[in-house]
Amino acid sequence: MSALAALDGMDRLTSGEVLVAQNVAFAVMAITMVVAALRMVTTRNVVHAALYLVIVLAGVAGQFLLLGAEFVGVTQVMVYIGAIVVLFLFGIMLTKGSFGEDDGVSSEKRLLASLVGLLVFGVMAAALVDSFEDAEVARAAPSTTAEVSDSIFSTYIVPFEAVSVLLLAALIGAIVVARKD
Amino acid sequence: MLLNQFLLLSAVLFSIGVYGVLARRNGVLVLMSIELILNAVNINLVAFGAFRATVDGEVFALFVIAVAAAEVGVGLAMVLLMYRNRRSIDLTAIDQLRG
Repeated sequence: MSALAALDGMDRLTSGEVLVAQNVAFAVMAITMVVAALRMVTTRNVVHAALYLVIVLAGVAGQFLLLGAEFVGVTQVMVYIGAIVVLFLFGIMLTKGSFGEDDGVSSEKRLLASLVGLLVFGVMAAALVDSFEDAEVARAAPSTTAEVSDSIFSTYIVPFEAVSVLLLAALIGAIVVARKD
Repeated sequence: MLLNQFLLLSAVLFSIGVYGVLARRNGVLVLMSIELILNAVNINLVAFGAFRATVDGEVFALFVIAVAAAEVGVGLAMVLLMYRNRRSIDLTAIDQLRG
């Protein structure tokens, strides 16, 4: 009986109603992310921009979970929302002269920048729609942390060590640059 | 789920990040827009990894997250140095090298 129930559960995973739920979750998160990103680059208050960035980053973590990448999703929450946003808030607080100062952008510059942004999006969207018309992301099961770590510590061990050295260099570099002497 | 829905979302976020880098003058906000661009790239990597049913995309996304953390550290240190020297983080004011 329990085996039958498990089989029923497996069947439901690929059935229509789960797909609908996934698509609804995607749409809600995508709209929230795009609105928050637009508010982030247009708001005058820098602290508000940092908080809008949190919404976008949380949405990206949700998309990772939707794609079955659990470990990357959790890392996104810990590293980005936990560490990088706090670093940004510290940067804003330590440069307090910059609060609400960022309103002198000429409308011509803004127009040119939005033109460039729209052009970039147009070219990319045309290329993507042309290349991957209706390819499906159909993953049988979410990838496990064990698979990810196996890949990092076998195939990608040299890039992993390089990233370690890069982080050390960035740490020392940040201290040297920001030090008062 | 279609692959294209993730790729198009990533393209939208990337374009918004490009707009932020080009239009804003505040140094911290430009760094935040760069984070937006890097996150768009991460969505692409993970989506392609799921599309091809490998974990390689996720591994590369983790590398990008590590590089982004390093970049934010150095970038904010530079913004702080700029604020200490000039009492302002307006990027358009840094034009000493203009001929």
